[in-house]
Amino acid sequence: MLSLKDLRLRITSVKSTRKITSAMKMVAASKLRRAQAAAESARPFAQRMERMLGTLAASLAGQSGAPRLLAGSGRDRVHLIVMVTADRGLCGGFNSSIVREVRRMTGDLLAEGKQVKILPVGRKGREQIRRDYGAHLIDGFEQLGRRGITFPEADQVANAVTALFEAEEFDVCTVVYNRFQSAIAQVVTRQQLIPFPLSAEPQREFGGARAVTEFEPNEEDILAYLVPRNLAVQMFRSMLESQASEQGARMTAMDNATRNAGDMINRLTMQYNRSRQAQITKELIEIISGAEAL
Amino acid sequence: MAYTVHVDLVSAEEKIHSGPAEMVFAPTLSGEVGILPHHAPMLTLMRAGDVRIVQPAGTVVSFFVSGGILDVQPDGVTLLSDTVLRAEDIDAAEAEEARQLAERAMKGERETLAYSEAYAQLTEALAKLRVVRLMRIKQGDG
Repeated sequence: MLSLKDLRLRITSVKSTRKITSAMKMVAASKLRRAQAAAESARPFAQRMERMLGTLAASLAGQSGAPRLLAGSGRDRVHLIVMVTADRGLCGGFNSSIVREVRRMTGDLLAEGKQVKILPVGRKGREQIRRDYGAHLIDGFEQLGRRGITFPEADQVANAVTALFEAEEFDVCTVVYNRFQSAIAQVVTRQQLIPFPLSAEPQREFGGARAVTEFEPNEEDILAYLVPRNLAVQMFRSMLESQASEQGARMTAMDNATRNAGDMINRLTMQYNRSRQAQITKELIEIISGAEAL
Repeated sequence: MAYTVHVDLVSAEEKIHSGPAEMVFAPTLSGEVGILPHHAPMLTLMRAGDVRIVQPAGTVVSFFVSGGILDVQPDGVTLLSDTVLRAEDIDAAEAEEARQLAERAMKGERETLAYSEAYAQLTEALAKLRVVRLMRIKQGDG
C-alpha cells in the first residue's frame, strides 16, 4: 500500500506524462496533415512516369534493348531489401511491423538458399534488426526528411541502390514500407523495384487504333533516362507514404497513451482519497476511544 | 473558338500547372519545340530551359525546368521535370551568381568531370535568366 505522499507524487508524475503525450499527439497531427498533402501532391508525377514507362515498354516489347535496371540481371540469387522505417520511436507498432516483415522475408529467402542484404532507411529499423540479421545489414540512411522528404533525398537513396546494382551486389531489389491508409491504419507493403514489374495495363485505344508514338531521339535513350528516374520516384513515393504513416501511427499511439494516463490519474486519485479518508477515520477512532478511556 | 490542348506540368514534388493551352513551347534535346493541339504523339527528353504555355486568353505563363520528359499524347501534353520553378519564383541575382561561378570554373578546364558539371550549371543558370528576362519584357509591355 502506497503512502499518501507516494500517491501524490505518482499522480503528479502521471499528469506531466499526460501533458507530454498530448502535446506529442498534437504535433503528430499537424505533421500528419503536411505529410499527407506531400504524399498526395507527389502522386501525379509517379503516375505519369509509370504511364510513360508503359508506353515505352510496349513499343520495346520483344526487343532486347531494355536497360538492366528495368529488366534485372536475369538471376535472383542475391536479394536486397530496402527497409523504410522511422528515426524515432513512440509510434506504436509502426517500426516493429516493418521489422517483423523484413525478418520474415529474410528468413524465407535464406531458407530458399538465397543471399540477403538489408539496406535500412531510418534508425529504428536498423537497431531492431541488428540482433537477428546484423550480418546482412549494409550501410543505410538516417535522418532523412526531418522537414519532410524532398526529392533529392530520395534520389540519394535511389543512387545508392543503383550503384550497388551496377557493382553486381544484388539481383532483386524490394522495398518494404508502411503504406498510408488512414491515421489508424498503415499497411506494410512490399514493392519490387528491380526488376521493375510493369503493370499489365493495356494500352489506351484511340478510335480503334493504338496511337503510334514518335520517340526522339530514340527509345533506348529515353529509357536510359527514365528508368533510373523511375527508381528515384518510386523510392520517393514509398518514403512519403512511410512518413505520413509514421505521423499517423504516432498520433494514434499518443492518443491512446493520453487516454491511459487519464484513466490512471482517475484510479490513483480515487485510491488517494480513499486512503486519506481511512486515515482520518482511524485518527478519529483513536481520539474517541482515548476520550472514552478517561 | 481556337483549338486547345490540355497541359500538365508536373515536378517530382507537386503538380505545378494544369489547364488548357493554345500552344506549348518546350526545350527538347534537339532544340525548342512548339506544340499545337492535335500534335502527333511524341515522347522526348528535355534539357534545362524555359517552358512557355500560351493560354486560351492569350496570356503566356513561363516556367523554368531542370530537364525532364515531354510526352505528347492525344489526350494532352505532359511535362515531367525534377525541378520546376515559376518565373516569378526565380531569384535572378542568385542565377546570375551561379552563371559567373560556372563560367569561372570552366576556364582552364577541359573535358573533365568538373568541366561538364560546371557546363550543366551554366546551362541551368542561363535558362533561369532567360525566363526572368522574358517575364520582365512581358511586364514592360503591359
